[in-house]
Order: sequence, then C-alpha cells, then structure tokens
Amino acid sequence: MATHRSTGGDSPQPTRRATLQALTLAGMVGFGLTCKARADNAPGWPAEAFQKKSQKDALDALLGKQFETTDKITLDVPEIAENGAVVPVSITTSLPNVTSITILVPNNPFTLAASYKLPDGTAPAVSCRLKMAKTSDVVAVVASDGKVYCVAKPVKVTLGGCGG
Amino acid sequence: MPSTIRVRAVAAGDSTDVQALIQHPMDSGFVKDSDGKLIPPHYIEVLTFEHDGKVVFTALWGPAVAKDPYVKFAFKGGKSGDDLKVSWTDNLGKSDTSVAKIMG
Repeated sequence: MATHRSTGGDSPQPTRRATLQALTLAGMVGFGLTCKARADNAPGWPAEAFQKKSQKDALDALLGKQFETTDKITLDVPEIAENGAVVPVSITTSLPNVTSITILVPNNPFTLAASYKLPDGTAPAVSCRLKMAKTSDVVAVVASDGKVYCVAKPVKVTLGGCGG
Repeated sequence: MPSTIRVRAVAAGDSTDVQALIQHPMDSGFVKDSDGKLIPPHYIEVLTFEHDGKVVFTALWGPAVAKDPYVKFAFKGGKSGDDLKVSWTDNLGKSDTSVAKIMG
C-alpha cells in the first residue's frame, strides 16, 4: 500500500503503471472485503469448522471432542454414486437426547459437509443431498447425551461433483 | 420475485414431517466455468425452521451440499394449519424467508 501511495504522489499525472497499480490494489482490497464479509455472514455459522481439511480438526472445532463408534446410527448412502454432484444421505439414530447430527466427507476439499442442530422434540433423523469430489467414506457424527458417536460408510463416486 | 423455498410439512399423529427444497446454486468455489475461470463460492450457510416461535431445526451447511438443496426431518408438535417459518442466509449475505402452512 505504501509503495502505491508514493508512486501516485510523485507523478502529478497518473501514469499507466500507477493506474494499473491502483486498480490491482483496489481489486485486492475488494477481495479482502469479500472474504471478511463472508466470515461475518450468517450468525451462528461455524466458519472455522467448515474450513478445516481434516476430519479430526473439523470435529474438534465444531464439537470439541472425539467420538466413539456405535451401532445405533443408521447411515443410508448409495454404495456407488454415479454422479458425485448429488449424493443422497440419510441418517437416523436410536440414541437418546440427540442434539446434533453432522456429516463429513473426508476426501472432499473441506471435510465438513453439513451439521444439523436438533432441539428437544425434533426427531433424530435427517436426509439431504451432498456433493462428493471423489470416492470417500461418508461419516455421520451424532452428539447424544454429551457424547459423540460416529459411523462411516464408503461411497464409490464414478463422476466427481467438484469439477475435478 | 417468487420464493426460493418450497416446503411441504405434513402433520401425522403427534409429529410433523417436513421436506424442503431450496433453489440455490450452492457453488463450492472449486468448479470452473466454460472459460476456465473459477466460479466463486456461493452457498447457504444457515437454514432454520421455526414453529410457534421456537426453532425446531437448524442446518449449518458448507459448500459440499448439493445444488438446489433438499432436506427432510420431523419434529414433535405442529398441527394442520400451523405456520412453519423457513429462512436461509448464504455466504454473500443474501437471504430468503417463507412461511408455509402445515397440512393435515
């Protein structure tokens, strides 16, 4: 920024270079603002957790603890997804006092796909559709009674959903 | 402008089944357009469902949720004719809200 100011100040007539520099700078500032706006958006959205690339980091940031395995979660995903852009995922569980259901796709660029907060009275079951970049496990993580449980199932993707 | 939110909420017994379909590009930021330029990320971050002044379901979404997202869940309570308020906010600060009637 300082470099640009001195360049502009030295020449009364803005040169082509100074103009270009100013444009680049404006672009960079604009980009920075967009990023900042993105982080400020949607109150309650855990931006940090969604930017993590590893499963452990994402879960640490979102739930703050590691999980146990259980057979009380039913994760329904296709064995083979022909189109990674639309992969239906259904999760139901018989665990008590479920407060959240989270879905992770470890091989996606950002591992955390979606997290659902379920207040009292909402059934511990959710269905949605995800994008998958390539063949990966789909991990369902359920927070129940203060503990965190998970199950994982592999999904074979024949056509990636992230432009890869 | 027509609403981007389509909701079908049906009261069955003591609970209400909700299915929602939202029109949204859900661009992940990893896909290139036909000119080879990256399409910037544009996706819904938070989606909430409110019934009787109480939030019954919150979805926190990342860019990995599919285009024109669909979600299905059920909550206790809710009867035919009740209002169900649905709102979303995306990463560019855009939002939409719609109120649907629960069907019997």
